[in-house]
Amino acid sequence: MTLMPKILLIVAALGLAACNNPDRYGAGGAGGAGGDGLGGSGIDTMGLGDPNDPASIAYFNQTVGDKVLFEVDQSNLTDTARGILAGQAQWLQANPGYAIIIEGHADEQGTREYNLALGARRASSVQNFLIAQGIPASRMRTISYGKERPIEVCSVEACYAQNRRAVTVLSAGAGA
Amino acid sequence: MRIPMILTVRLLAMAVMAMAFVPQAMAQDGGPLRIVIGSGVIEPLPLAIPNFVDEGGAGDYAREISRVIAADLTGTGLFREIPAEAHISQISSFDQPVAYQDWKAINAQGLVVGAVTVAGDRITVKFRIFDIFSGEQLGEGLQFAGSTGGWRRMAHKVADAAYSRITGEGGYFDSRVVFVSESGPKAQRDKRLAVMDYDGANVQYLTDSGSIVLAPRFSPAGDQILFTSYQSGFPAIYIMDARTLETRSLGEQPGTMTFAPRFAPNGQTVVFSLEQGGNTDLYTVDVGSGQLNQLTNAPSIETAPSYSPDGSQIVFESDRSGGPQLYIMSAGGGEPQRISAGQGKYGTPVWSPRGDLIAFTKQNAGRFHIGVMRTDGSEERLLTTSFLDEGPTWAPNGRVIMFTRESPGAEGSASLWSVDISGRNIRQVPTDGPASDPAWSPLLP
Repeated sequence: MTLMPKILLIVAALGLAACNNPDRYGAGGAGGAGGDGLGGSGIDTMGLGDPNDPASIAYFNQTVGDKVLFEVDQSNLTDTARGILAGQAQWLQANPGYAIIIEGHADEQGTREYNLALGARRASSVQNFLIAQGIPASRMRTISYGKERPIEVCSVEACYAQNRRAVTVLSAGAGA
Repeated sequence: MRIPMILTVRLLAMAVMAMAFVPQAMAQDGGPLRIVIGSGVIEPLPLAIPNFVDEGGAGDYAREISRVIAADLTGTGLFREIPAEAHISQISSFDQPVAYQDWKAINAQGLVVGAVTVAGDRITVKFRIFDIFSGEQLGEGLQFAGSTGGWRRMAHKVADAAYSRITGEGGYFDSRVVFVSESGPKAQRDKRLAVMDYDGANVQYLTDSGSIVLAPRFSPAGDQILFTSYQSGFPAIYIMDARTLETRSLGEQPGTMTFAPRFAPNGQTVVFSLEQGGNTDLYTVDVGSGQLNQLTNAPSIETAPSYSPDGSQIVFESDRSGGPQLYIMSAGGGEPQRISAGQGKYGTPVWSPRGDLIAFTKQNAGRFHIGVMRTDGSEERLLTTSFLDEGPTWAPNGRVIMFTRESPGAEGSASLWSVDISGRNIRQVPTDGPASDPAWSPLLP
């Protein structure tokens, strides 16, 4: 009776071992470290590099831009977003050693469930754009945080606009 | 002249039907001890709940139990308690004759008399309920026995019996609520699962805050808890044994996100959302075999499913028409019918355990509401309004709804609130700290 779910668990665990735990907000990974985060098992430490070095993560985050924004309830890409993502694709082509997690987020103006699904749509829009630009799907995974992880915390449109976002997060080592 | 009890019940039943579900309480001044939820108005019905008699070793329990009973009953908004200082007659023995004239003189319509005995860690609670104006006992006396650790549950059971006998409805006080306990700043909330009595007592934490956890749900028997957790790094559904806290994943498919799970009434099937490639559809999974079954196949978002109490239908949220709206389909899938018709966005529909109403979250003109509508979408009524109300859950008797209310801004936080289906009795549920995503258990056995 319980055989099937156990198999699923094992499959899931193997799948995870093959990629980094994408939850950069959590304290632990699959190993379930506690809440203090001191030496938690799932935490990868990685230098961001010199922002003046075009091959550094810092350069990607700041100069290329790791984030695109969306209109209310929308997941289609604006022209500005397409421009940023074209830059990301170019950089990712030139720096094939990084695995990519695309996070989708929503503002707080919606229910928890709908926002989770909406965040997934946004992450998927970015992923599809990058695939069309030649980035292999095998390098990318998506994750939705819904409204659980706002970057701005005020409750007016200026903050909501920043929270309706998809963030391209790089991690070293895998995916190349 | 007194109307015979049976006739009264018939008349009231007719009144209920005639009034449809206009959810108001009627206290008949000077009449039999009855409140019909769903008829006329108005004033909370006055009750006397003298401290229970200590029949041996009861100590503080006798007083505390009567206080919990009073809090349960007055918390409904249907009753008010006549303070002890106003009592003329004093209850010194469980079996003493009731001095109806003395209680009438202070306008008590109902009287709850009880006694408590404690021996070692065993506690016995007995009670009787009296209809003062009829001058007779309402139903038979009952006795509960158990360990002293369960004293609050016994108090809730007495209150459930009183509520049930006076309103003719099922009770809901002896129940639990599973929820998400929150702490930390808004951009980095720590969340962990917790369970408590419906009134906020006896909090127990079920997970640590190492991973985001969302939207727990009880099984129909209350023995299992479904929830969504990021513990694997990706949002996925887990099922926890409510007693042992043993937890396993459910229906997980690598490369997908699963969320918004809810049990079918059979306790064996779970309906949930599965997202793949950006598209979210509804699936079921068999808890025992892990067998998956896809219910919807549309490019739109389908989420927040909830079964009808007979298990034959599912109400859910979909944006197939543009914005999020409510739809009902057969439990096996098939063409859904849209039921929400008003302005704004509708989400998180939850079928009442009575089957008559669907509670939902509505977002319109920058405000959020908890509302109810009939299952065909008619007679929509908004019960609350605030910056952000969401995620209704029904009390076991389908008369009260608990939900999350979040306050705005950087210092905003979530709290639990309850509202009856009239929308008049809105109260915050006491919790140690910020809390969200409540889900009510069935009435405990």
